[in-house]
Amino acid sequence: MPDTTALKSTDASATAVDAPPATDTGPAPGKPRSLWSDAWHDLRRNPLFIVSMVLILLLAVMSIFPGLFTSASPREANLAEHYLQHPNWGHFFAPDWLGYDGQGRSIYARLVYGARASITVGVVVTLAVTITGLIIGMLAGYFGGWIDTILSRITDVFFGVPFIVGAMVILTSFEKRSVWVVILSLAFLGWTSIARVARGSVITIKQSDYVVAAKALGASTTRILTRHILPNAIAPVIVVATIALGGYIAAEATLSFLGIGLAEPTVSWGIDVSAAKDQLRNAPYVLVIPSVMVSITVLSFLMFGDAVRNALDPKMR
Amino acid sequence: MAELKKEPVDATPNVSAVETVDVATEAEAVAAIDAPVSQGEPILQVRNLVKHFPLTQGILFKKQIGAVKAVDGISFDLYAGETLGIVGESGCGKSTVAKLLMTLERATAGEVFYKGQDITKLSGRALKAVRRNIQMVFQDPYTSLNPRMTVGDIIGETFEIHPEVAPKGDRRRRVQDLLDVVGLNPEYINRYPHQFSGGQRQRIGIARGLALNPEIIICDEPVSALDVSVQAQVINLMEKLQDEFNLSYVFIAHDLSIVRHISDRVGVMYLGKMAEIGTDTQIYDHPTHPYTQALLSAVPVPDPSAREGRDRIILTGDVPSPANPPSGCRFRTRCWKAEERCATEEPLLAIPERFVAGSTPATHESACHFAEERDVVHAA
Amino acid sequence: MTTIDKTAHVPAPRESVSGDGPLLDVRDLHVEFHTRDGVAKAVNGVNYTVSAGETLAVLGESGSGKSVTAQTIMGILDMPPGKITQGEILFRGQDMLKMSNEERRKIRGRKIAMIFQDALSSLNPVLSVGYQLGEMFRVHQGLSKKEAKAKSIELMDQVKIPAAAARISDFPHQFSGGMRQRIMIAMALALEPDLIIADEPTTALDVTVQAQVMDLLAELQREYNMGLILITHDLGVVADVADKIAVMYAGRIVETAPVDELYSRPAHPYTKGLLESIPRLDQKGQELYAIKGLPPNLTRIPAGCAFSPRCPKAQDICRTDVPPLVPVTEQDGLELVGRGSACHFWKETIHG
Repeated sequence: MPDTTALKSTDASATAVDAPPATDTGPAPGKPRSLWSDAWHDLRRNPLFIVSMVLILLLAVMSIFPGLFTSASPREANLAEHYLQHPNWGHFFAPDWLGYDGQGRSIYARLVYGARASITVGVVVTLAVTITGLIIGMLAGYFGGWIDTILSRITDVFFGVPFIVGAMVILTSFEKRSVWVVILSLAFLGWTSIARVARGSVITIKQSDYVVAAKALGASTTRILTRHILPNAIAPVIVVATIALGGYIAAEATLSFLGIGLAEPTVSWGIDVSAAKDQLRNAPYVLVIPSVMVSITVLSFLMFGDAVRNALDPKMR
Repeated sequence: MAELKKEPVDATPNVSAVETVDVATEAEAVAAIDAPVSQGEPILQVRNLVKHFPLTQGILFKKQIGAVKAVDGISFDLYAGETLGIVGESGCGKSTVAKLLMTLERATAGEVFYKGQDITKLSGRALKAVRRNIQMVFQDPYTSLNPRMTVGDIIGETFEIHPEVAPKGDRRRRVQDLLDVVGLNPEYINRYPHQFSGGQRQRIGIARGLALNPEIIICDEPVSALDVSVQAQVINLMEKLQDEFNLSYVFIAHDLSIVRHISDRVGVMYLGKMAEIGTDTQIYDHPTHPYTQALLSAVPVPDPSAREGRDRIILTGDVPSPANPPSGCRFRTRCWKAEERCATEEPLLAIPERFVAGSTPATHESACHFAEERDVVHAA
Repeated sequence: MTTIDKTAHVPAPRESVSGDGPLLDVRDLHVEFHTRDGVAKAVNGVNYTVSAGETLAVLGESGSGKSVTAQTIMGILDMPPGKITQGEILFRGQDMLKMSNEERRKIRGRKIAMIFQDALSSLNPVLSVGYQLGEMFRVHQGLSKKEAKAKSIELMDQVKIPAAAARISDFPHQFSGGMRQRIMIAMALALEPDLIIADEPTTALDVTVQAQVMDLLAELQREYNMGLILITHDLGVVADVADKIAVMYAGRIVETAPVDELYSRPAHPYTKGLLESIPRLDQKGQELYAIKGLPPNLTRIPAGCAFSPRCPKAQDICRTDVPPLVPVTEQDGLELVGRGSACHFWKETIHG
């Protein structure tokens, strides 16, 4: 094998194995760019994201420090003076700005204080379903086999229950319907969509070469799940979760409107819409104003989710 | 070095008895795995390796209705410091062989001996020790690196999994050294994979494979996803590293020209079986198996003047399904030499009788009843 | 008479068969993409012509602009992000870029057809191959269902699909990769186009099947006297079938030549490097020559000659002046028909 010896000689000119020039054709001279930082770069330039982010921040502050926005109390009823008093559009942020409801309470104050229930329900339900769904989806997707069969069937069963009807059944079995009961009822049925998305993306990712490479190195299952699968599977889950958040807020309003969600004395937009439906003819603003608030909130989260999806969608890059 | 390699080449039947090492404890197994092997010794001995993937039906109660016979009884040796090329078309089982050698798939039957240990039966600490010594380079540099990790983390992870290889404070420097070895700027350590081009990414993949100082690297189509002008860089790098670190390569590819360039010995696979195996000269210039001849003759040669003079064998039909391979010789459905005997009697991989006596380049293992020499590569 | 480069007046390697000018004449085509990282200049002044019966191979690596050019000719470029900033694409003398969508659609499929790399994703998985083939005849030629079916079977026979009549109602996934590629070829041939653009038609296929498909394509081309643009990165495939070659790099044609001449005497350092960097099947060879560096980022193409950072012969002029595609001659000034090189030092490259 004379040709092999020549090939293997160590002193063969090494010039051909030149390092690629760092200046002209190497990576961009900029800083390290993770996919997250690329996504953030995109988001910052997206007007949809900026508008929704501003609205969401405003709602968040409103739900934590309602006192910053109004001095009036949402529960102070003065039927004698303020019964269905019409809005005074010029009095920005004053208690009488958006008028008074059928019990003589400031609609503006109730709007501000109602944010807390909506945002709490939306955020906590989303967190709960994301964590539950992610764990179930990851286990089903990664281990496959009978674990997947069992978990997927359970998911299907929960998925088959109509969301609102299911929540109604749970809620009616509780006597005292606090925010936490509403959260529980929504989270109990809401995790299925997250679990499905997580399972799907884990199945795709577990077949990718970098997971195989980690296995070939002898990495433990925990390491593979936390270092390789989770960081890559989470993007589509986050997208679904942010979009679903708006849906949970709408669901809370719906349940409260139907009279089986939150109940007085909790302040909630849904309850207000429900209470206002009798006065629709003579005081439509009592119904319209909280409804618009629900819409704006839901829309902000949907837009936010949309923007996040566009930034994280791997097909866009 | 050439002398050392001559031995295995002329060695008669490939399937020699394997000296197994009896080990009572896991610690002894680890010690045996970490022991050095001298040049020219077989470092990896594959015996009758089989991998069948079950075909199942039903959702809840799965019933096996058949099996894809991806690898169906192959045997070969890998010698220390050599490159064994494995070629074949898609579906021939060559990538499954890679996964079996890496113990990423469990073999249905057969053994893979690494220093006398059957690695298909190992687990736990002994398997981890094997993994330190047998590493892999993947085909697609775009999917084999975790996009959420920096280059430093990707290569450094090997030390987190095998902390005994490099002390903690030393790891960053080790990673930078590795980047330097594969021809990348060590300052790129904090970059993410998508900031690199295909060729650069493949260098990162190679650096990861080298990190644990393995003895064997399994390369599964390492350059087929790269641009032509970058392929040569990576091939040269791999050859340089082989000399520098005394690596043994199993080089799996469908590009016959590249395999010839890098390999000392070449095995040709067809439908889960080894059709022919020998030195690069024996296989390329003196092929005796009809499939090898057809495969070689179909390779387009970058030389328009050879358009007319070459011996072209155009096969008809497609590769049969590995779930239902033909009886006897698997190639017989596409073979122009096939006779009744081919359908009933499976040809074994051995030096054909008519060549046993001689010592011509045709004297190498070929699984054909009617093996004869035919040069299809060189223009008449 | 065909020309490869309008500005340089490089004559084509042979007379066009039809006699009345080239079938397709691409002139000074520029295409760019607007991306997150800036404007990627994918095609920067491409000129080439194809005549009836002729095979032009466009050779290049990923990012060379070879496929973008083809997509622009077919009118299937994604716009946005793609944008044609300059140039003409003359089909039988008429500029397709100035045509209405309706006129272009009439040419697409009927006059110019395309074969893609991935047959499985190019065929509709829920329709039988017979239906998809027949659709061509029903829509374009107004044939009845029965006539269309008969024609489809005939076509499948022609591309050598065994038992065509029996397999006509099979779905794409029931065929092997090679057979699917034949079906794609059949679809492209259905309306007997004048020109076929084949974008890496055999890259996804195994070597033995690859040979079958290339042979079929060459045979059909001769039979119908079609023009063929073969887009590929494989120097081996090109050597087997092409008449003339255009080598692309960073959106430009850097060398044009008849096939034999390109391989025996390349006139551009990039072509030369490529040829030296591929291992040979028929000999073991020494260490491979490797072109150093990487193909350029299309958003930041180097000034001057785009290949200069990787070129062993590069001088100062290469880093400042873009070399035009000029005719290549023998040492004594004798014109080499059909040859052109976009290198300041082509003389040294070919004769040195």
